Amino acid sequence: MSHLLLLVPFAALILANLLPRSARPAATGIALGVLALQTVAVALPPLGLADWSALNPVDTAIGLHVSMDNLSVLLLVSAGLAGMASIFAAGPGLKTPRERFLFANLVLVALIGINGISMVRDLFSLYVFIEVTAIATFILVVLRHGVEAYEGAWKYVILSAVASVLMLASIALFILVEGGVSLSAITHALASPGPIPWIATALFLCGLFIKGGLVPFHGWLADAYSAAPAPSSIFMAGIVTKASGVFALMRLSQSVFVDALPTRWIFLVVGAVTLVIGAFLALTQSDMKRMLAYSSVSQIGYIVLALGGSPQLGIVAAALHFFNHAVSKSQLFANAQAIEEQLGTISMDRMGGLGSRMPVTAGTSAVASLSIAGLPPLAGFWSKLLIVIALWQVGQYVFAAIAILTSLVTLGYFLSLQRRVFFGVPLAEWANVREVRGRLLTPALALSLITVAVGLVFPLVLSLLLGGSR
Amino acid sequence: MTIEIPQSFWLYFTFFTLLLVDGVWCMLATYNLLRMLIGLEILMKSVTFFLIVAGYLGHRMALAQAMVITVIVIEVVVVVIAAGVILGFFRAHNSLNIRHTRNLKG
Amino acid sequence: MTLMTILLVLLVLAALWASMTTLLLRATIALALASAMLAVVMYALGATIAAVLELSVCAGLISVVFVSVISLTQRKPFKDYVVRRMSRLTRFWPLPLVLIAAGVALTFVRAPIQVALPAAGAEEDVRVVLWNLRQLDLFGQILILLAGVIGVLVLFKREGKDDN
Repeated sequence: MSHLLLLVPFAALILANLLPRSARPAATGIALGVLALQTVAVALPPLGLADWSALNPVDTAIGLHVSMDNLSVLLLVSAGLAGMASIFAAGPGLKTPRERFLFANLVLVALIGINGISMVRDLFSLYVFIEVTAIATFILVVLRHGVEAYEGAWKYVILSAVASVLMLASIALFILVEGGVSLSAITHALASPGPIPWIATALFLCGLFIKGGLVPFHGWLADAYSAAPAPSSIFMAGIVTKASGVFALMRLSQSVFVDALPTRWIFLVVGAVTLVIGAFLALTQSDMKRMLAYSSVSQIGYIVLALGGSPQLGIVAAALHFFNHAVSKSQLFANAQAIEEQLGTISMDRMGGLGSRMPVTAGTSAVASLSIAGLPPLAGFWSKLLIVIALWQVGQYVFAAIAILTSLVTLGYFLSLQRRVFFGVPLAEWANVREVRGRLLTPALALSLITVAVGLVFPLVLSLLLGGSR
Repeated sequence: MTIEIPQSFWLYFTFFTLLLVDGVWCMLATYNLLRMLIGLEILMKSVTFFLIVAGYLGHRMALAQAMVITVIVIEVVVVVIAAGVILGFFRAHNSLNIRHTRNLKG
Repeated sequence: MTLMTILLVLLVLAALWASMTTLLLRATIALALASAMLAVVMYALGATIAAVLELSVCAGLISVVFVSVISLTQRKPFKDYVVRRMSRLTRFWPLPLVLIAAGVALTFVRAPIQVALPAAGAEEDVRVVLWNLRQLDLFGQILILLAGVIGVLVLFKREGKDDN
């Protein structure tokens, strides 16, 4: 089935472009269908509900070097959910049919890139698919030609290209020393003596840190997220930044580094710094999308911090936090789009008392905020708990304490967001604001439901994750 | 099976570093968007050069060439998109000076 | 000094000229020259097919893109550049000195490097490697080109008027 995950969206992309001009609006429907199919089809085998091994002859016939495992399933499902949310939001968010059509095409291209990232076993192919996703995302940022969009896109393009240069230099060093860049070759190279494989690893990690928006390379993230049109922000914050940066770190942790001490310390330090600085930067923002962007930086720091914990539990904790963040952050950006559409502004200083006028948006954003802040019994609480336990198990009490304390800061800025936007008496200028219609409400409601459900049935989820990540 | 490679590695590495420093300096010391793109291009050339050198010294020219071909394709698409962003920036601000951006603060 | 060293020095000189020159059009020509030198270096090292691609794509296509962007964004008369020349020089004059210093310093580095040799009979032809072993990268290239086409549609074509 792994090859179908690359080929089906590709076929859908070609199909969408072969449609006659009058049938172009169907392209968003095609994209939605592909995303839904992916989410369901990939989630069924781990739950024991379906077995796609009958499709294996297709894979051997085509013969690309991709393979799926449970970590891939995580990324594929998260990508499907975030992608569906952004396609739903594209309807109300983008005004012209041409923009919607191009958005559907770009999401499909990025989806193929993300699917590729989840399944490759080779550093260079990983680089190629990260670039595919990145290029599709550059265009997503400038889809609506706003003034700020070009500034945000420029920073993103330049920093992303610098990251590519670092990754390629690392690949060149690996070719020199080992002769190959598959994951097994890298593991072999790191096991042999000499500083060069470790220098190459450090370069590659720096490249991934830039792509993932970790401190000190987080400068492009807030600008790109707030300048992009709202559906693009949902897609970027929900899955793209995580897939390009942090997922590769998780894959390397699982297959290559496993228990290596230097990389564990790198993850601990970089994760902790990112998580603290992201949280404090989020506190100071008055623009809602920028606050959410810095919150994303902070949560990505949590995921990287988890990778510095014990090898078995750390990856499970990181995976769970990855999924929770994909679901909750997509939903928060969908809420931000709803507010922006109704109010025409995204500055929280001018908002107030929207809770009574937009009850569904308020309720779902409360669920997502509390989940990310780590309140039981929502899903976010479990992932944070696992992260703290994973750190505790290897004796990193200081870092565990940092994680817990920054959770309080997270709770602080989210409560500040809720208070500024939803509580209180509605201001006079928002007297005519009403709740948004179905297409923006559906993803918000669905994602909140998933957050609550994962939180409630967590023991089942935990046994699945522990059983799968080997 | 490993061998020690001749000192020519350090010769190539020297020139790779010189190109790298040149590209980075060009990108950092300018306010013009197009010149930043030129600096980026120099950086990508340096790393393309390094890939070929690694293939030459490690006797893996086939693999290195295959990678360089892919990298060149990626590089040209990134440059085209960056050029498009520059054009959009120019239409919005009527200048290519990055000091004229007033909205986003990072 | 061997031929290779001369070629590499020319490459760095072309890149240096591209960074330091005041006029953007000259910088583009310098960049094309650097690409051509790189292609020659690659050919001398044995990477023939990659050299051809580098020459035609980087020295050709990218220069065309740069020149068209310059022609669409050029607004100032020449004398403004003379005024800015001084400020550029203050930012850029250390660059050649830094490069010479770095070059001299690195010639003193003498450390052994271990390299893994490929197994005997390993595939030597680029075309075989590219088409048989790295098909995934080819698929990626197709996707990137598609994304590039969509990008051109988004960035260069406005509704109702075609600017390129």
